[in-house]
Amino acid sequence: MTLEKRNGNPVVKVIIYIVCIALAVMSIFPFVVMVINSTRSTYEVQQHAVSLIPSSHLMDNFKVFEGKPFNPWRGFLNSLTVAVGATVCTVYFSTLTAYALVAYTWKARDAFFTFILCVMMIPAQVTAIGFYQFMYRIHMTNNLLALILPAIYAPSAVFFMRQFMLASLPLELLDSARIDGSKEFHTFNRIAMPIMKPAMATQGIFCFVNTWNNLFIPSILLTRDELKTMPIMVSLLKGDIYKTEYGAIYLGLTLTVLPLFFVYFTLSKYIIAGVALGGVKG
Amino acid sequence: MNSTLEKKHGFSYAKYGYLFSIPFIVAFLIFNLYPTIYTIVLGFTDSKGLGNITFHILKDDPFKNFRAVLNAPTFKTAVKNTFVLWTMNFIPQITLALLLTAWFTSRRNQIRGQGFFKVVFYMPNIITAASVAILFNVLFGYPKGPINDLLVQTGLRDSAFYFMNSPKATRWIVAFIQFWMWYGYTMIILISGVLGINPEIFEAAEIDGATDTQIFFQITLPNLRTILTYTLVTSLIGGLSMYDIPKMLNNGNPNNATLTANMFIYNQAFQGSYLYARAAAASMIMFVIIAFFSAIVFYLMRDRK
Repeated sequence: MTLEKRNGNPVVKVIIYIVCIALAVMSIFPFVVMVINSTRSTYEVQQHAVSLIPSSHLMDNFKVFEGKPFNPWRGFLNSLTVAVGATVCTVYFSTLTAYALVAYTWKARDAFFTFILCVMMIPAQVTAIGFYQFMYRIHMTNNLLALILPAIYAPSAVFFMRQFMLASLPLELLDSARIDGSKEFHTFNRIAMPIMKPAMATQGIFCFVNTWNNLFIPSILLTRDELKTMPIMVSLLKGDIYKTEYGAIYLGLTLTVLPLFFVYFTLSKYIIAGVALGGVKG
Repeated sequence: MNSTLEKKHGFSYAKYGYLFSIPFIVAFLIFNLYPTIYTIVLGFTDSKGLGNITFHILKDDPFKNFRAVLNAPTFKTAVKNTFVLWTMNFIPQITLALLLTAWFTSRRNQIRGQGFFKVVFYMPNIITAASVAILFNVLFGYPKGPINDLLVQTGLRDSAFYFMNSPKATRWIVAFIQFWMWYGYTMIILISGVLGINPEIFEAAEIDGATDTQIFFQITLPNLRTILTYTLVTSLIGGLSMYDIPKMLNNGNPNNATLTANMFIYNQAFQGSYLYARAAAASMIMFVIIAFFSAIVFYLMRDRK
């Protein structure tokens, strides 16, 4: 084996780095344009739509939103309420359901697990019409609980939790807790949950982001302006009243994605690891 | 997995298995099964009109809505678009993801900064699709917009191009956004798949003097088969429910070129005459298609003992 073969071809290596840097620019560039343009006036944006130098019209762009339906703070609070509520429901109840599947031997267990696998891939949108009419009948449209409570049912999170629990929860530990007189529900909360923390964090991040980004179901259920979540708010930016306010549109977009950037760049290590973990479930 | 304590004392903990599954099952019954049955029933009724919750079963012609949907040219267009848009995004996406996987897992070209590249490539995936689509609508703006500015300034074009007025361009933009948001995800999954392959196989191949290309095509790819199929089917299911991007980018326009199945359902139920029954029938047709592909995923992921 020649030395060159072992270390790879330097020309190939240079090409790889060029392609990767180009792709990185492609990922970042649209967001850079968005953030910079949110500080520029509509006139400046119309003169030169691409600039790498921020301007001084951030506050002017903010003023455009006053008294108009696009209300980023409302949207932020509503999205936060829904996302936190749904995440707590998904994480807690999926862990509990996984615990039922792992810690106990019961007759219907295998059938129940097969059932979870079966329903895992069906997206919620296909039954949205029935869900909408049902919520309308019981006066739950325009109620954020209609977006939070269904998160108790999260089959793919249960699947993930079960796989993690099988590998990391020693059943002897549960037995010794029983000998010490711990009640079953108490054992789950005090012994199983702490061990599941890494898996709960992973599922929590993904549930939060997915709920935050969800558009279809919220957009059919929420018609009142003061309940609209961020993705519905952002769709208002396409309305006619903002048509000529380019700076404000960029600013509005920036405000809707800023919380996600914050979450992503503080937790990226765990997010990437979580994605990789999800892939090996096959 | 029988608890040892259980055997010793002859006491059964089985009831807790049922007990702790109750919240999940109740939520399933209320928020999933009931709406599903409701949707199925609505498909056989005359339900329509904003805020109208009374309906009658179509006794004379139960499949009227299903026939109406299947015969509607817009539904055919929508289903066709959905598959076309998915293909236009998936082929470049899987190709690039495989190429990057080959590069990042190559034992000869130790690529530095992989952690950084992974974080940056995956980033668009977590950003709200609705915001991304509107951002691209503005970026491809006409007559003034960043992309048109760049095209004219660099001399690639003499005058600005009206992207959102061209069916072909709009489709490619939808496919590009989809590709741009998902290739990083696919790459990370494939890399973790490669890392799961027994390293001894690679070592043996290297000792035998196999080139990087040979290793990739003859060892890596065959070993990734299950994960590749899984990626393909999950991506297809996701693609079949595509809504946010085409809706926010250009609302399915121009000329319904980017109208997807889910947009068709939304438009039937929540616009015009609020044809809930017809939307429910269309949902059921999509449900059957998606359930078919889900069955494939289920088959791939079953517990192999």
